[in-house]
Amino acid sequence: MFYRETGQFKTNYAGDMAVFPILQDRIGIALILVVAFVLIPLLGSDFLLSSVMIPFLVFSLASIGLNILTGYTGLISLGTGAFMGVGAYACYKLTTLFPEVNIVVWIVTAGFFSAFVGVLFGLPSLRIKGFYLAVATLAAQFFLQWCFTRIPWLYNYNTSGAIEVGQRTLFGMNVTGPKASLEARYMVLLTLVTVLTWVASNLMHGRIGRSFMAVRDMDIAAELMGIDLLKTKLLAFAVSSFYAGVAGAAMMFLWYGGGEANDAFNINQSFLILFMVIIGGLGSMIGSFFGAAFISMLPTMLKFGLPALGIPLAGATAEHLTYILVGSLIIFFLIVEPHGLARLWQIGKQKLRMWPFPY
Amino acid sequence: MTRTSQSIQKGEVLLAVDQVSLSFGGVKAITDVSFDIRKGEIRAIIGPNGAGKTSMLNVINGFYHPQQGKITFKGQTRSKMRPSVAAAQGIARTFQNVALFKGMSTLDNIMSGRTLKMNSHFFWQCLRHGPAMAEEIRHREFVEDIIDFLEIQAIRKVPVGKLPYGLQKRVELGRALAMEPDLLLLDEPMAGMNLEEKEDMSRFIIDVNTQYGTTIALIEHDMGVVMDLSDRVVVLEYGRKLADGTPDEVKADQSVIDAYLGVAH
Repeated sequence: MFYRETGQFKTNYAGDMAVFPILQDRIGIALILVVAFVLIPLLGSDFLLSSVMIPFLVFSLASIGLNILTGYTGLISLGTGAFMGVGAYACYKLTTLFPEVNIVVWIVTAGFFSAFVGVLFGLPSLRIKGFYLAVATLAAQFFLQWCFTRIPWLYNYNTSGAIEVGQRTLFGMNVTGPKASLEARYMVLLTLVTVLTWVASNLMHGRIGRSFMAVRDMDIAAELMGIDLLKTKLLAFAVSSFYAGVAGAAMMFLWYGGGEANDAFNINQSFLILFMVIIGGLGSMIGSFFGAAFISMLPTMLKFGLPALGIPLAGATAEHLTYILVGSLIIFFLIVEPHGLARLWQIGKQKLRMWPFPY
Repeated sequence: MTRTSQSIQKGEVLLAVDQVSLSFGGVKAITDVSFDIRKGEIRAIIGPNGAGKTSMLNVINGFYHPQQGKITFKGQTRSKMRPSVAAAQGIARTFQNVALFKGMSTLDNIMSGRTLKMNSHFFWQCLRHGPAMAEEIRHREFVEDIIDFLEIQAIRKVPVGKLPYGLQKRVELGRALAMEPDLLLLDEPMAGMNLEEKEDMSRFIIDVNTQYGTTIALIEHDMGVVMDLSDRVVVLEYGRKLADGTPDEVKADQSVIDAYLGVAH
């Protein structure tokens, strides 16, 4: 009824090629941005910021990264956790070596280190595909995780063997370390995620995104059309790992505030992000957000939402129940729509467009 | 459409295949075959199943590397070549079983045929502004011409996986045309089509040849179509060249008749 493209005519190709060609979509995005940038920091509780929004944003960024590799280019990776770790440790080293440079600069720069490592471990992808590539990227996961714990230089010879996040400021405000306010950390993270999502969407809508998808859908035809397979796959690994690296650095510096690789960047993390991408929708930007929201927010919501609704739960029971519920919801959604939540969203929008007619 | 390389005139040899042999282990797919394709003509490659026709196309666009013989394209002789290099030199092709990018729309599929012509910097691609957007619009205009030419305006934004077979073949032709090839290889463009679809496709092939002056090499099993469309025909059987000439010459050739109809032993 209110979601129609009727009457919205495009008179040039630029308008037709816009990422959001329908006016209502653009209004929707603007509303989401207003809520995220203004309402949540002003009205949201500390709990909402620290336990819901910040984890969600970090996982969204990591999901976008993996989605570029797995969803758009069709290369499965189980090394996301390790690539996030590379970003976190690169950022840690950089900010201890050059503390005067702004931390946000280092968080983004850390992504380039991760991109480089990603390219190295992406080299086998020319020869191997599918499950075999997943196993090859497992090597990255184990090797890098080993480096994080066994090379003391990486964690500055700390006795704890972990990343210790110091005090860093931006525009005179603390954004990392124990004194940084939640709002400041949230705003920095939100800005990073917004800008990087915009860049990823731009890339995927242009020549580079098309060549990624061409490699995914039919690599032989892609090669016969002049797309260099090795270059394209390595570029996908680079871009993907860049996002993972920034997500990892953001995770340590803006969310955890310090921690150890075996907890934060282990194989479970890699699987978790792969599940987010699959449940959210392979090859979809918005799907990355859906998946991250589903997997990172749902346990929190169940844990704290059920008692709020008057269903009392003891600590241990709550945890077990959360696992059961999240697990069955994942199965339910995958049966209803194997192509992920993004496809459900698309179908919903299509239905709304035609409403009240079925087709 | 503008052509960049006009060094080879119409009627001159565009591609020459010289005594090419290809084998996979002990299986000889192609034995000592030579023929040429002249600029501006429609050249058909025919033969019974397993004659080595598709292998021949794969050799021409660099997907297979022949053990012996050489291939000269636009005056350049080459031995081993990667398919992406062949594409850059101006060879495009379609496939026997449609090889489209199923998850992408018709528009994106044809746009991806322009990849080689696009070179805006990664930085601008990230912003999708300035040179990147200007380039995108420039190539979109070109692609829209192809969409008009092939009469597929209505399916512009439909994912090709959802299209019927006949239309998929047409989109694949569009994607090959978007590369502005000097030589277009069509591997059974009319396989599995009904009479009407075949007529449409034949019309497109002739139009491509006359309007854009594209040289075409095609493999086809429908003899009526082959004899009507092509300027010259080469016949392969068991990887050897059986006959070469105009459709009338080939039709009258006794060995071709034997190969197709069989002989009493």
